[in-house]
Amino acid sequence: MAKLVMQLDELSCPSCMQKIQAGVSQQDGVESVKVLFNASKVKAEYDEAVTNPDELTQAVTDLGYSVQSIKVK
Amino acid sequence: MKFQRWLQSVKNQIALTVGGLIAVAYGWYWLGGAVIVMQGLLLVASMVGVAPILMQAYQALKVKVVSIDLLVTIAVLGALIIGEFNESAIVTFLFLFGSYLEQRTLKKTRESIRALSEMAPQTAQVLAADGTTTTVGVDDVEIDDQVLVKTGAQVPVDGQVVQGSAYVNEASITGEAQLVKKIVGDAVYSGAIVDNGTLTVTATQVGDDTTFAQIIELVEEAQDSKSPAEKFIDRFATYYTPAVLVLALAIGLITRDFKLAITILVLGCPGALVIGAPVSIVAGIGNGAKHGVLIKGGEVVNAMAGIDTMVFDKTGTLTKGDTAVAHVQFYTAAEQATLAVTTAVEAQSDHPLATAIVQYARERGVTDLPTIERIETLKGLGVQAEVAGQTIRIGRAKMMTEAEVAGQTIRIGRAKMMTEAGIRLTGAQIAAITASQTAGQSTVLVAVDQQVVLLIGIADTVKPEAKAALTRLKKAGVKHLVMLTGDNDQTAAAIAKAVGITEYHANLLPAEKVEFIKTYQASGQKVAFIGDGINDSPSLALADIGIAMGSGTDVAIETSDIVLMQSTLSELVYADYLTKATARNTVQNIVIAVGTVGLLLLGLMLGWVQMASGMFVHEISILVVIFNAMRLIRFKVR
Repeated sequence: MAKLVMQLDELSCPSCMQKIQAGVSQQDGVESVKVLFNASKVKAEYDEAVTNPDELTQAVTDLGYSVQSIKVK
Repeated sequence: MKFQRWLQSVKNQIALTVGGLIAVAYGWYWLGGAVIVMQGLLLVASMVGVAPILMQAYQALKVKVVSIDLLVTIAVLGALIIGEFNESAIVTFLFLFGSYLEQRTLKKTRESIRALSEMAPQTAQVLAADGTTTTVGVDDVEIDDQVLVKTGAQVPVDGQVVQGSAYVNEASITGEAQLVKKIVGDAVYSGAIVDNGTLTVTATQVGDDTTFAQIIELVEEAQDSKSPAEKFIDRFATYYTPAVLVLALAIGLITRDFKLAITILVLGCPGALVIGAPVSIVAGIGNGAKHGVLIKGGEVVNAMAGIDTMVFDKTGTLTKGDTAVAHVQFYTAAEQATLAVTTAVEAQSDHPLATAIVQYARERGVTDLPTIERIETLKGLGVQAEVAGQTIRIGRAKMMTEAEVAGQTIRIGRAKMMTEAGIRLTGAQIAAITASQTAGQSTVLVAVDQQVVLLIGIADTVKPEAKAALTRLKKAGVKHLVMLTGDNDQTAAAIAKAVGITEYHANLLPAEKVEFIKTYQASGQKVAFIGDGINDSPSLALADIGIAMGSGTDVAIETSDIVLMQSTLSELVYADYLTKATARNTVQNIVIAVGTVGLLLLGLMLGWVQMASGMFVHEISILVVIFNAMRLIRFKVR
């Protein structure tokens, strides 16, 4: 189990939150997702055997949000 | 995919373009131009404006979310179909321009935490063995590395000063812009700024484990942790949007009034309802963080605002906690040896009384401490240790009765502990204890075997702001103030009188403090517990609100709901006033949001509200709740 923190551009609509939450949690291997609306961050726990930070970053990018930086713990 | 992101990035320009086109269209018409040209311009404006909204709706739909964007997209396309080009153009403009304003104003409500996180250090000067330094990112510093911090630079790690001295500003941690002198042996925190001097620091915590990083993470999490009311609104909004879609469809099918159906889509946008409460919470928590009051979430704000009973621990909460030895009396000739063995055991404890004894011994030049073979903390009773084959006990009265008296046993503790262990106190000793306690001192006894060898009186001073702060809390509606302490009755009475508390209970174990809190809760009181030590964690956890003093232990800070970074009671007053103001603000915003929806429905039934005017009212209401929340950013306790 690894933890990924993505810093996004400023989130301004609460529905973005729902979208990202749904978009990332529907990825294979993702155990839990938390979108911090005010901090504009996405925290995801995932199974390293199934997915990786690049795929998850791509999932967020595909939804139309740019990822500024990522941090893997 | 690239096109989508490009579309997002130029959203603001699109809003501007749409606005411009609408202005030109109406200008043309008023100047007597042909209607067909105006209609054409409005059609173009609608098409341009709806593109980014449509894209967002599509992306959401892909992950099975019915978003506001979808409602607006359908409404706009519907209006285009029935030829209401002016309505569709104005709706897209208002929606895009509104979200631009939301973004701008929301940024303001998030200012406090942003300012805080921008204070985070970025790089560190790591010192090599040969005295040269390399600049690395703060995340690349390892524990036990030595870092050099010069005047004007930020301390990049949590650590201990091993060389040099300096005045540092710890405002990023405590909220207090006061210079603190740091010398060899002192702890420094990441984020502190060296105002004057140079320090060499050995890292004990780095990167995300530093206190500063944890404060930021805590505040970020707190701003997004939702109160039950918000969770309800979230759940509501999840079903609300699809429900509006279904409702509009049903009305359209039944009444055959296509225009009414698409108007409902626009009016049904949740708008201020979704953003109203969170925006107040963000501003309130951000304000607290800037003033040294860490509030761990929206739930905490509401619970704290409703507190009517405050239970205080004494030491370190009402008193400074930086206790000092005020009186020492030996009942043995081997004074230095007794003090050394006492110090060796007490050095292992972070109890305020122990710290005072160690400090005293250090001042007296006691350095040659015996080695401790085994040490065990007995909660609320004291410490039991083996030193050079002897069993040493330090703590409260009851501990002695539980311990085996074998060979050379050394006991350090309160008077009651000695009598229960069967140790006879002489008349002179009893008199000395009474005298020490009446003076408001905490009395610690040290015993070897059945012999009391040392009496130490330790005094603690009341925090200067305590009395005034407690008076303000009473005025602000906190009805019941209580002090609980493990200390003796005389000391407790002296402190309670000094701070103006009438109800106090002394000689308590941590478990007994918990019982008091349970009793208050059972009688329907909303209880906040304010404390600092490890021993208080059960009380902090059980109380409706646990408030930890920032100088306390990590455990206490983790278990608590609110942390007062500077450990002052003025911050407690601030927390009380701020949470009340934030809770009021949240209620105002919910009333505004619900009121808007009600008004729009009424307007629709009376036929006053059209698509464009409905969207206008929505956007206004969103801005009103954001502006209302922004008042909290400037909130201050006079």
